Amino acid sequence: MKYSIFSLARNALSNHQHWQRAWRSPKPKARYDAVVVGGGGHGLATAYYLAKEHGMTNIAVLEKGWLGGGNTGRNTTIVRSNYHLDANAHFYEFAMKLWEGLSQDLNFNVMYSARGVLNLVHSPAELDAAMRRGNAMRLNGIDAEFKSRDEIERWIPNLDCSATARFPIHGGLLQPRGGTVRHDAVAWGYARAADALGVDIIQQCEVTGIRMEHGAVTGVDTTQGFIATPKVGLAVAGHTTQLAGMTGLRLPIESHVLQAMVTEPVKPVLDTVVTSGAVHFYISQSDKGELVMGGDLDFYNSYAQRGNLPIVEHFVAACISLFPSFGRLKLMRTWGGIVDMTMDGSPIIGNLPIKGLTITGGWCYGGFKATPASGWLHAYTMAKGEPHPLNAPFTLERFAQGRMIDEKGAGPYAWAH
Amino acid sequence: MMLISCPCCGPRNQVEFTYGGDATLARPANDAPQALWFDYVYLRDNPSGPHDELWLHSAGCRRWFKVRRDTATHAILGSAKLDEALPNTMGAV
Repeated sequence: MKYSIFSLARNALSNHQHWQRAWRSPKPKARYDAVVVGGGGHGLATAYYLAKEHGMTNIAVLEKGWLGGGNTGRNTTIVRSNYHLDANAHFYEFAMKLWEGLSQDLNFNVMYSARGVLNLVHSPAELDAAMRRGNAMRLNGIDAEFKSRDEIERWIPNLDCSATARFPIHGGLLQPRGGTVRHDAVAWGYARAADALGVDIIQQCEVTGIRMEHGAVTGVDTTQGFIATPKVGLAVAGHTTQLAGMTGLRLPIESHVLQAMVTEPVKPVLDTVVTSGAVHFYISQSDKGELVMGGDLDFYNSYAQRGNLPIVEHFVAACISLFPSFGRLKLMRTWGGIVDMTMDGSPIIGNLPIKGLTITGGWCYGGFKATPASGWLHAYTMAKGEPHPLNAPFTLERFAQGRMIDEKGAGPYAWAH
Repeated sequence: MMLISCPCCGPRNQVEFTYGGDATLARPANDAPQALWFDYVYLRDNPSGPHDELWLHSAGCRRWFKVRRDTATHAILGSAKLDEALPNTMGAV
């Protein structure tokens, strides 16, 4: 059923008793042309673009829990493409362009809100770096504007722009098209659209092994039995090393826990996304009114999907130093997600050294904003057997070949990016 | 919160420590083949479960030492000085 004002009116008149299920829950077939492991945003987007762009409809998405129950439902919903390095700029800008048309493409409101992403600068050195990055973005065709301290003070009255602020504000780099997208809707929208094209979405189906013959994938063992397939695409966020490890591969990845949290909901107080690299903090207000905050990793390997209190204290201290009035709010929830941190802070999208096995992983902090481009390019790689020019810089071989994409310049320390 | 046992100072709050990553890596010789260096610099086992790792007691005695910690539960399973073996505990204590 196509969602529209007419379907809404028709269902309202029947007390919303007759909405169809948004996707089927089929039993797995014995064989598929391709299997995507992971039913989060990246896996579902991969399946949708495999069906839509490459006509591959005899495919399945296998999810060990429920759709969007991993990092798709745990991120802070921010989308942006304000990157300095060319490979990142082109890749994330491709994602931004897909975000802009995604609700129409999927016939599902993903609530893309171009409210802007403002990176605060707190020192003359940071100001120089922001100018350099902003100019690089504009040369790559991405929107970037510099905002002075006075402009920011008028725009965001809650932000402490005074001369006595703990971290004085010298200005900020704004990407106006950046903003937020409703994260759960992304998983649901891709799932519904992929299902409509014939993709089988199978939940509660954990992959327990990857079978190979003569260096090529032949299928996957799952908790619902063996499924034969010549192509397996991994989109499993923090568990990438575990899945790749089933084939004996070791990857340049460590799993770390990244926390986020929300305050109690309040009336509109913040109409953009504010970030500060100096204090490692970002904040926005959800449509429900909660202030959504995040910051640094906990800085130690973890698969626990929960973090520890020192980082929560750090978020709160950073928040109150920038927005003193938010100190009156209560925290409602904190949670953690497991992110696979690569050795250069950039993702890995491409073939693995086993025929038929591909990956979109190593998303570090930044997986959500990349979702549509990750799925689009992973689907391209699965269908064609080779990377697209946009993800060619992001293949696994770059580590052995010494062509890192190290946006932060932090070196091979997974937790430092 | 994690209570990390420093071999010199005893059990202390995690905020006193800095993480140093996988303690099982063996640095190759300077003239070792590039493949060995690639392995050492980039590849990790990244286990879900007991993980031997380096920590620095940065707000204490400022010594590096080894900790065995369960990455699935954050339980600390043991600690030892750099030149000593970790206790043979692979489960919760």
